[in-house]
Amino acid sequence: MKTFNVLIVGVGGQGTLLTSRIIGKTALNNGLDVKMSEVHGMAQRGGSVVTFVRFGDYVIEPVVEIGEADVIISFEQLEALRYAHYLKKDGVLIVNNCRIKPMSVLTGASEYPNDVLSTLRQEHKVCVIDALEVAKTLNNPKVVNTVVLGFASKHFDFDKQSWIDVIKETVPQKTIELNIQAFNAGYDITND
Amino acid sequence: MKKIMLGNEAIARGAYEAGVKVSSAYPGTPSTEISEFLSVYNDVYTEWAPNEKVALEVAFGASVSGVRSLSCMKHVGLNVASDPLYTFSYTGVGGGSVIVVADDPGLASSQNEQDTRMIARSSHVPVLEPSDSQEAKDFTKFAYEISEKYDTPVILRTTTKLSHSQSIVELCDRKEIPDKEYQRNVKKYVMMPASAIGRHLYVEDRENRLAEDCSCFDVNRIELADNKIGFITSGICYQYVKEAFPNASILKLGMVNPLPKQKILDFASKVEKLVVIEELEPVIQEQIQSWGIKVVGKELLTRQGEYNSKMLKNVFGEKLDDTFAPKQVAMRPPVLCPGCPHRSVFSVLNKLKLHAAGDIGCYTLGAVAPLGVIDTTVCMGASISTLHGMEKAKGKDFVKNWVAVIGDSTFLHTGVNSLINMVYNKSTCTVLILDNRTTGMTGHQEHAATGKTLKGESTYAINLADLCRAIGVPNVIEIDAFDVDNLEKTIKESVNGDQLTVIIAKAPCALLKGQKFPFVCKVDDSKCKKCGMCFKIGCPAVSKDENGFATIDVTACNGCGLCLNYCKFNAINKVER
Repeated sequence: MKTFNVLIVGVGGQGTLLTSRIIGKTALNNGLDVKMSEVHGMAQRGGSVVTFVRFGDYVIEPVVEIGEADVIISFEQLEALRYAHYLKKDGVLIVNNCRIKPMSVLTGASEYPNDVLSTLRQEHKVCVIDALEVAKTLNNPKVVNTVVLGFASKHFDFDKQSWIDVIKETVPQKTIELNIQAFNAGYDITND
Repeated sequence: MKKIMLGNEAIARGAYEAGVKVSSAYPGTPSTEISEFLSVYNDVYTEWAPNEKVALEVAFGASVSGVRSLSCMKHVGLNVASDPLYTFSYTGVGGGSVIVVADDPGLASSQNEQDTRMIARSSHVPVLEPSDSQEAKDFTKFAYEISEKYDTPVILRTTTKLSHSQSIVELCDRKEIPDKEYQRNVKKYVMMPASAIGRHLYVEDRENRLAEDCSCFDVNRIELADNKIGFITSGICYQYVKEAFPNASILKLGMVNPLPKQKILDFASKVEKLVVIEELEPVIQEQIQSWGIKVVGKELLTRQGEYNSKMLKNVFGEKLDDTFAPKQVAMRPPVLCPGCPHRSVFSVLNKLKLHAAGDIGCYTLGAVAPLGVIDTTVCMGASISTLHGMEKAKGKDFVKNWVAVIGDSTFLHTGVNSLINMVYNKSTCTVLILDNRTTGMTGHQEHAATGKTLKGESTYAINLADLCRAIGVPNVIEIDAFDVDNLEKTIKESVNGDQLTVIIAKAPCALLKGQKFPFVCKVDDSKCKKCGMCFKIGCPAVSKDENGFATIDVTACNGCGLCLNYCKFNAINKVER
């Protein structure tokens, strides 16, 4: 299999790391070579974060280059805009419909554009999910990232059960059922 | 068994498999996780030391006593540990000893981009550099063989991208290494001039032998293909070169100090153009040039930051057009978390218009808008000594507008030495210890004042106030970091007083496990006058809604209530979640 390139972007604390690890393990369990690159340390404190996952028969570097991503999963609108140029021409951008204002916007030094989604749609194939609304129906806003992953999983060539198997072995014991529900709920959302 | 592993996890696994018995480290991105992963293995004693100098000396002691030992640190940690390093190089080892040093090209979480290979060269310590997680494990084990065969500590150098990327690793069993019997050896372990002269000659000879032998090491490997261009590279850069130029000839160096001169000469003779790809300093390039060989590298590439394959293609291959242009988007640098006790202290310093000499930790984020109180950040422990220097330069009145701020873990790392200097040399300054009960920025590691060891066992918790009093600080005040009125009054009195004062502002890091946040803050729109005062604390949970009213994101807020103190109209309420 030709190397498949994924970016997971968002704001530190949104769960990009856990999501990338679930994707990586799922690829591994499907018999593929996997490399991932993560962000630790100070950058995690509410900053813009990007993690890379690459899988295929033979993967060389652990980062995805600009213009090479097959899929970008963004947990936040502005971060989708920031990293959209990493997409391939026919790549897919999955955006959680969430807006977190950076400090420069909160202090009035810069603006948060209102038309992020339409700007993105001008150049890219964009799939939007309102994961917080879905998570609220499960009474737990903390599983937003698993809802997004369930929604995004349809753009990967892995069967549903292999995702669920990895979720079971990755998330804390007490939250397994909830995360599987969240994954299914995201999976059942059809593209707008 | 195969497992996908972080580079740092693979290093820990390598140390475990190599039979390491003792490991000591101080947390520092990107090296921290090595100790955390290693602490899981019961066969290995692992600890957090107060600083890297201590950690390396512990590893030295373990080695001299006859077991394999490990110490781990980030690049700037090696500066702190360089005192023992240079002489450990002379003494050599008993049991093998490996020092993992993680460089941070691109400054993911550091104050500079120094290159460990430079220190390794000047201390004459061999360096191995892996390029993926499998090699991280294998090279760690190989490092112990080199260490014992050549009687030297060995540095395993990683970079952020290697430490924090994951790839597949084949696991092996641990090999128990029998303890060597301790033997007193003054000529080897007591570095007074008479013995050190002999050991210096030994070090010179050792490096010459290694330089010769390492041309035959498997870790230095030639991949011969197209001979038009030949790349010499190591570490993560090997992956970038391989990705960019799959058909090029490559000399992949696993040992980067000393260099395998013969192998490099062989390779150079087989290719038309020789290029060195190395992040940070031109350490390999300059050595090759010194042998009279034509080679390019840094003329075309920067010393700053991380490389990638696209960058290399643009420089050495065809120019690439990016498919899409990047968009101009508001920057999103890291910020202090909602509920962070540092914000509370900084909001008071901001209100009092005080300057702060800062230190290394999350609180460095207090340098930027809107809090903007930190004026200097240099290295661990420097806040206190910097402020002392200012007082001695400009006098007592000058420092009435200043404080030093330092975290609890950083204070125990090297801040305490600076405070001893203040006591000894009659300082009248004010030092704020931001005690959030953890090593925050690196991701919550225990330290000598938390009452827990790296292994999670209970231990004596050093009392910071008692420690300050014991070294003679005349005025030590402990205070709740969220009690802003008291904090304001205390800081005001202290900076205007003539006595050295340490104020310990206490409240746990908002991300520390086990805390409950029963409250959230809510804005009452009928009372909000849109004055914007609550934005001045720089809390990411507080923002302006479409009508200009303040609004608080309930999923982000953890009810610290700091914003309440800055609303003159009582428009913010703390309510049960």
